Amino acid sequence: MKRARFISAATLALLLPLAPLAAQDSLPPAPYAYRQLPDPAQEAKAQALMETLRCLKCQSQSIADSDASMAGDMRNEVRTRIAAGEDPEAIRQWLIDRYGDYVSYTPQVKPLTWPLFAAPGVFLGFAALLLRGRFRRGKRANAALRKDKP
Amino acid sequence: MSAQPASPARRPGLALWLPLVLFGGFLALVVYGLVRPDNREVASTFIGKPIPAFALPPASADRPGLSSAQFVGGKPRLLNIFASWCGPCAVESPQLAQLAKAGAEIDGVAIRDRKDDLARFLAANGNPFARIGQDDLSKVQIGIGSSGVPETFVVDAHGVIRHQHIGAIMPEDVPVILAKLKEAEQ
Repeated sequence: MKRARFISAATLALLLPLAPLAAQDSLPPAPYAYRQLPDPAQEAKAQALMETLRCLKCQSQSIADSDASMAGDMRNEVRTRIAAGEDPEAIRQWLIDRYGDYVSYTPQVKPLTWPLFAAPGVFLGFAALLLRGRFRRGKRANAALRKDKP
Repeated sequence: MSAQPASPARRPGLALWLPLVLFGGFLALVVYGLVRPDNREVASTFIGKPIPAFALPPASADRPGLSSAQFVGGKPRLLNIFASWCGPCAVESPQLAQLAKAGAEIDGVAIRDRKDDLARFLAANGNPFARIGQDDLSKVQIGIGSSGVPETFVVDAHGVIRHQHIGAIMPEDVPVILAKLKEAEQ
């Protein structure tokens, strides 16, 4: 991670003369984009949440992974809200209100998604029913075999 | 398994085809996913909601800053999220000028921008903005569910977001946005 940072810093330094050509801002990152919260417990909460929030610029990355400046601003937003004592799930909901479910990697139980959560139970029940039938039939067949023996 | 003399040989019937049908359905889903055109736009789900409270300092020397209170009262306005470092933002500037000429009032939010860069950008591309707020932390952008630059929002006279245009405004989008502004008057 550190090494990767160093390399990206080095490439950045190389690219700096080209900066006006690139579609990227040149402002320093937001205060809490790359700085952890002083309280380790709060930082752990923020980190756990950030890993499950989608970066809207690089859409397969989480905001914890992405170096896009918007992801940095979103990390700043998350960390300042956590530092202010806000609940991580409330922050997730705040973002879902703005960007829809797509912004969260953690699926939420909703009228549309509850079958996802119910399906394993349904499948297990179905398997149990099937197995019960099999065992019963097997037992009956065994009993029949025993009866057939002279 | 062969020890089932009691039960008569059952016909497999429809159950035999079920896996194939399921597989076919799965295949159709995959093909649909492959054929469907790629769309990476994330639409705001904040349409129909009042603009969140904010107050941004001015981003340019000759335009005032921007606050959420300024959207209440008066007439519907356009809120343009842009930046001098964003290429498509320069592409849409003739269309913004056209909208301003047609009577649209446009407020700008400059995302993570430097004052001198912005001044250069406005000098080169024109300045259709009534006010420009400086948003160094993308606060307003995140607050209204915008996921990139440029994006343009129609905000009605009650401060409620009514429409979002993602990406640069092209000439064919101008009448659409004017119609949305008109619609927001009601």
